[in-house]
Amino acid sequence: MLEKMIFGRYIPGDSFIHKLDPRSKLLFVLFFVVAVFLANNVATYGLLLAFTLFVIFISRIRLYFLLNGLKPILILIIFTFLMHIIFTKEGTLLVDLKIIKIYEEGLRQGIFISIRFLVLVLMTSILTLTTSPISITDGMEDLLNPFKRFKLPVHELALMMSISLRFIPTLMDETDKILKAQLARGSDISTGSIKQRIRAVIPLLVPLFVSAFKRAEELAIAMEVRGYRGGEGRTRYRQLTWGSRDTISMVLLVMLIGALYLLKG
Amino acid sequence: MKEILSLEQVSYSYPTDDDEVVKAIDGVSLSVKDGEWIAIVGHNGSGKSTMAKLIIGLLFPQDGVVNVFNEQLTNENLWDIRSRLGIVFQNPDNQFVGSTVQDDVAFALENNGIPFEEMVKRVHESLKQVKMSEFLDHEPHHLSGGQKQRVAIAGALALRPNLLIMDEATSMLDPQGRDEVIRIVQELKQRTGLTVISITHDLEEALLADRIFVMNKGKILQTGTPDEVFKHGEQLESIGLDMPFALRVSELLRKNGLSLEGEHMTEEELVNELWTSHFKM
Repeated sequence: MLEKMIFGRYIPGDSFIHKLDPRSKLLFVLFFVVAVFLANNVATYGLLLAFTLFVIFISRIRLYFLLNGLKPILILIIFTFLMHIIFTKEGTLLVDLKIIKIYEEGLRQGIFISIRFLVLVLMTSILTLTTSPISITDGMEDLLNPFKRFKLPVHELALMMSISLRFIPTLMDETDKILKAQLARGSDISTGSIKQRIRAVIPLLVPLFVSAFKRAEELAIAMEVRGYRGGEGRTRYRQLTWGSRDTISMVLLVMLIGALYLLKG
Repeated sequence: MKEILSLEQVSYSYPTDDDEVVKAIDGVSLSVKDGEWIAIVGHNGSGKSTMAKLIIGLLFPQDGVVNVFNEQLTNENLWDIRSRLGIVFQNPDNQFVGSTVQDDVAFALENNGIPFEEMVKRVHESLKQVKMSEFLDHEPHHLSGGQKQRVAIAGALALRPNLLIMDEATSMLDPQGRDEVIRIVQELKQRTGLTVISITHDLEEALLADRIFVMNKGKILQTGTPDEVFKHGEQLESIGLDMPFALRVSELLRKNGLSLEGEHMTEEELVNELWTSHFKM
């Protein structure tokens, strides 16, 4: 189950999309998400869907892999589609099955909303699939930089995020170790009522938290000794470079929004 | 030779709830010269880790003076001094800040505002020194403990320090990782004349030092070259330290009436003595 999930997973590659600067990808997705709400007729929804398929194509991520990974979301999309079909009672009657009556407007609404949902999920998934979490953090830090003026602790937030990302595997290993240690002592977290299982998780969480705090303290000392004094006067080793690729994708974004604006009813 | 570090009558005790005060460091004086390899040995609670904290300014002494690079360590020059020394701690995971090897090595450089081009140069240079060049983009959870400690050493070297402190840096490693790290530090010292202070409870590691300080209950019990210090083997064992294997064997052999000449610090020395001993008789 977990292996198939593609939320927050990063698939290394060297496609056009992979090579884009994280800043341009973030900006693109941000504006795309807003632009999706401009669509309101067949032409605009068609354009959105075609554009998304085009992006998937150049990202060289297999459509089957993508849809397979998004199965839980697809179920949700199908559910909303059915809701629209069943409960919207406008337009001409298309199918009459006695209990369920499908109207033209319901079918239209159902398809549109499903496309909107699908396009949003696909685009954001492509962002996380083609960009490593640390690049996303770097991009966010850079894009949010202007907000430093309003006392937003941009550098600190980015550092927190990158350290959290770095410690995920470490803490996973630790959880595994603690779990095995507790199992060896006869703890049982896979059987019993829900209440019992939740109770059995406590001996897992307590040592995990204790050790996480200990790690945090040691890490803080190590950082301080290595000269960390906050973002002031700090240089950056990870450099972001805005290339012609990124300009092209921004132009494409403007064109897409323009087309949506012209085509919408 | 230039003096690089000195402690003068330094005392420190941790704040406690009750009135009883136990001094973690009790009137310690010592001096370390440029290019020396010093081992500070002692059992848990002997005050050796507190000493490391005093040297890097994580704690300030209640009495006495800590001089690093001929300057008294104060709140004002703390960051300047820290930028000229490197420290490697015990837990390999809890000092790895960056998300990849090269990011971690660059961390101290970033903190000190080194320009980007210079950083790239120094990151490559220091990773080469610890033989981790091919691991540039590796993430920490794909590295062994010994490799992580080598990255930590590279991170310290990137600042081109005058002094490298290893605070129990090998105690959480498997024997193989431990050997890797010790060999790297030995090579570095020979090639660059770096001053090394290694804080350890492993006497095998202390054998490699030029001078050993033996700590017990916050005081320096003994000072001297490994030969001098290990002459008082029983005393070391009485404060809970394990003698190196070769020394223990030669002592037991002697006790059982075998006459051996000289001291044997390493297994090789002992073996050589043993297999040639019949020729002399």
